[in-house]
Amino acid sequence: MIRGKPDEDEYWNSSKFKAFTFDDEDDDFTRLKESKRAVNSIRSLVEEEDEEDDVEKVSWSGEPVGSISWSVKETASSIRSTGEVRDQSFPKINTAPSLPKNSSGYSLSSLFKAFGETSIRNYAPELRKPKSEYKVRYVYSLEKFRSLQDKLLLLDEAVNAHDGNVITAVLIYLKKSLSKENLFRELITREIALRHYIHFLKEIEEQKLLLMQYRDHLNIRDENKRRDFLKSCLSLPFSPDDATHVQDHYTLLERQIIIEANDKQVESSGQADIFKKYPRKASILNMPIITTLYYSCFYHYGESDGTYSSPANIRKTFRISDKQFLLTCLGARAKLKAWFDVDALFTTKNWLGYTKKRSPIGFHRIVDILQKNNAPVQVLQEYVNLVEDAEQKISLAQKYKCHDVIINTYRDLKDRQQLIVYRGKVERGSSEYRKIEEILSNSVR
Amino acid sequence: MQHSIRTSGNKPREVKGWAGVLLCSTSGPMAHSVRRDAPELPDFSLLKRLARDQLIYLLEQLPGRKDLFIEADLMSPLDRIANVTTLKQHDVDKLYKVEYKPIVSTSDQLCFLIRPRIKTVKWICDVVNADKAFGRFRKYKIIFSPQKFYACENLLEEQGIFGDVTTDEWSFYLLPLDDDIISLELPEFFRDNFLEGDQRWVRTAGSALHLLHSVYGPFSKLYGIGRCSKMAYESWREQVEEGEQRARQAEIGNVFLIDRDVDLVTPLCSQVVYEGLVDDIFRIKCGCVEFGPDVTSSDKSIKVMLNSQDKVFNEIRNEHFSQVFGFLSQKARNLQTAYDKRSGMDIKQMKTFVSEELKGLKQEHRLLSLHIGASESMMKRKTKQDFQELLKTEHSLLEGFEIRECISYIEEHINRQVSMVESMRLLCLLSLTENGLLPKDYRSLKAQFLQSYGIDHLLTFSNLKQLGLLVEQQPGETLTVMESRVGKLVNDKTAGKLTDAFSSLAKKSNFRALGRRLNLVPKSDEEYDLRVPRDMAYIFSGAYIPLSCKLIEQVLERDGWTGLEEVTRMLNGHEFAVTAGSNGSDARVKTDSQRIILVMFLGGCTFSEISALRFLGREKGLKFIVVTTAITNSARLLESMLDNHA
Repeated sequence: MIRGKPDEDEYWNSSKFKAFTFDDEDDDFTRLKESKRAVNSIRSLVEEEDEEDDVEKVSWSGEPVGSISWSVKETASSIRSTGEVRDQSFPKINTAPSLPKNSSGYSLSSLFKAFGETSIRNYAPELRKPKSEYKVRYVYSLEKFRSLQDKLLLLDEAVNAHDGNVITAVLIYLKKSLSKENLFRELITREIALRHYIHFLKEIEEQKLLLMQYRDHLNIRDENKRRDFLKSCLSLPFSPDDATHVQDHYTLLERQIIIEANDKQVESSGQADIFKKYPRKASILNMPIITTLYYSCFYHYGESDGTYSSPANIRKTFRISDKQFLLTCLGARAKLKAWFDVDALFTTKNWLGYTKKRSPIGFHRIVDILQKNNAPVQVLQEYVNLVEDAEQKISLAQKYKCHDVIINTYRDLKDRQQLIVYRGKVERGSSEYRKIEEILSNSVR
Repeated sequence: MQHSIRTSGNKPREVKGWAGVLLCSTSGPMAHSVRRDAPELPDFSLLKRLARDQLIYLLEQLPGRKDLFIEADLMSPLDRIANVTTLKQHDVDKLYKVEYKPIVSTSDQLCFLIRPRIKTVKWICDVVNADKAFGRFRKYKIIFSPQKFYACENLLEEQGIFGDVTTDEWSFYLLPLDDDIISLELPEFFRDNFLEGDQRWVRTAGSALHLLHSVYGPFSKLYGIGRCSKMAYESWREQVEEGEQRARQAEIGNVFLIDRDVDLVTPLCSQVVYEGLVDDIFRIKCGCVEFGPDVTSSDKSIKVMLNSQDKVFNEIRNEHFSQVFGFLSQKARNLQTAYDKRSGMDIKQMKTFVSEELKGLKQEHRLLSLHIGASESMMKRKTKQDFQELLKTEHSLLEGFEIRECISYIEEHINRQVSMVESMRLLCLLSLTENGLLPKDYRSLKAQFLQSYGIDHLLTFSNLKQLGLLVEQQPGETLTVMESRVGKLVNDKTAGKLTDAFSSLAKKSNFRALGRRLNLVPKSDEEYDLRVPRDMAYIFSGAYIPLSCKLIEQVLERDGWTGLEEVTRMLNGHEFAVTAGSNGSDARVKTDSQRIILVMFLGGCTFSEISALRFLGREKGLKFIVVTTAITNSARLLESMLDNHA
């Protein structure tokens, strides 16, 4: 909740749910497809360029600088210090998790110093010396740690030093000098080391953990190969929930391939009006389930649920909730201005044959979506009327200029004052104006 | 040498924090009344010079003409400390961006300025091996910044080019972004440390702190919380012991280290303070923002540096967005008046006006129209996004109010395929504030998310779970659910006790209990005047005091963790407070340096938190310097969790 002075509302008040991706005036659905295609085409463009063209040069804009020697002198003098040296030692604190201290015969501390020496030397220009003088750092050999016990001591000591660089360095040595089985057996009980090891393997792209194996599908461009790869992932030991999702992923791509092949053919043959009227701007391959459903509601509405491309089939296969189905379907049909379909979405008949409009989501949201799709006032007001909350109904009606709804509501509320106010807002002599006049004069009697 | 450790639970001591000693300044609307006795900030431009000098030294190590390849994310930081002229003066011929493609350089010497990443080193190996296959001889040098890693050199060795390539380190740890902000520019710190559990940057953080200690120290007190903070402290302490001691007048006295995962709620909240909002919407990169045509109302974009040099920005950066329009229009009126003075001037007066005032007015005019344009553009976008309702949901989550409604809102957000990152952000906020989602909700929301945004987000969910950002309540935790229900029925004190009893069960965010104990969420029925903020909650419209900043305030006030035992327990411990050795009595001396507090965020901090600390500083007569591994916000933080791109 924003709590502030009243006029703050001027800043924050906003229309409802304008961010709906595929309902935007500019047609975000189309844009999504377009940008996907654009990205793909850029990729191939960049690669071509790369062979013949110059690599892009880094360019800077900057003002000239003072001479370097001046700056070096300045730096040196400001770092140089005066006065006596104070005792400034700080206490060591326990950095858990601590491991039992060992008594290795090797001077481990010197080893770690060798790995990680970075000192103020780097900053004090007067202390600059050729790096070779302290190049010892990386020459230090780990070869003498040969027994398993020594290796593990080395590892534990590295972990105790809290320097990931050192831990990884030791792990690289252990990887080279220990069998996989032995190394993993020891790492299981050493969580910090294990996580460094896994991260290292991930970076050098050597070992694939469960989800990382699944992730590999992203590197496969060919949709058929990608689908086959996803199929092979089905046998991986995922958790039951995740297994369902991976199965869905496979099924989805399998169907997208079929739909894509079919629609491409139909579109190019010019058989179906819908493709002529609204040419596809990108392929449906690798789109999310909901985008696929939208596509299906757009191009394959009314197909029998036996076909892979029908909304009903997609809904059933991927266990799409009523609410989700309605939202997506509504978006697609409204985009096509198929108001009859929109109407049918909400109409339910009871056993006596009476029809009633129902929705799993509030009608104010429905109005929103319709409005975004430029629904005419006649359509809009029908749904504004279904909004239960009177206040919300009025405010929506005012926002979208559904005069009838407003006038009728005030009439039903017997709010003469508001009707008079509203009369002042509508055009003099218009049908709304006359309607208000009529009501006002009737109620006088 | 002796030392004293002050951790929570020590003997009761006189709480003689700054709060009792110093007067509180009142901060009116837009009034950045600097206390007369507020200490001056140290001059951090020195850090830039140090970095530049070292780079020059390193370039000189490869004498003669050479082409320089620069890693993309080092370019902006480099831009802040040197320029092409500097590099050209040191025999750099052509500059290239590292793009992981075959190179076209004809130079005999190649220098690579990179982050220590396996991917980049692999690419260099390919470049060198391609040259070899071609029978081409060149000299190669890799400069790793801020340091090299063994794994990188090991790769050079494995690829058989270890001797062919020389390596060096450019210890460019710290980039001052503003008078009071210093960044390590290591956005990967967050993921590497908290998600992957890789401690590669711990020593880097220690070294950065050591550099600050050497130049602006010696520090006399350090406080901290978090596992990484503790390790960074140790690394720093070792480096201090190894290095030479230099006695000098300290410019910075106190340090506070904090792990980002101590408070993950704050960076996931929508930012509504001007600078934070600009960052959320336009993304400030290395202190610079690019405003598009919608802001400049012309056909081109412009890049603008956003810092205290920009006088207009400096006055609005910390303000709640709702206050900014009024300020800007007032400014515009003043400007008009200043221009209007011209009428009725004689020639001489006009001359003076032109030479003395006009330039400043023009400059102000330019800045003003820029920020007005930016504000308008942000308003438009936020209106389109239905920001009001989004904020309402966020605040309900923070308050623990109408959670079912929040869940429906999030669900619909997902169903309508509105911004993926926003959906994820709301899910994470729900999980963090509720100590995880009920298994039923988790399963259903995850399934719907995957349907709307792609099943490959399985990887994202796995990462979020690993980090604890989005988790499912375990069966044993049903107590927590009960507790939160009970908590609404009984008074705060009882609820607090209940919470404490249950919180020891598992590692949880404990947000509700922390909120109660630290009063993070003010009562919603109270009016909050954003023009005259009364506490740090103003950065979130009065709805929430950022946990991170509240901890800092409390620890400084208490001069340690005494009295905060429950809080630290709920934060999984790892708190510390240490004071320098024997001459520790020095620390009692009320020098300016004691009122300068360096706060180091390990894993990133947001502009909103910086604004909150600036507010706290004004209230208490302190100056905060924020050192962060990177400036972050909800989008950056969550994007670092994504794995679903090839």
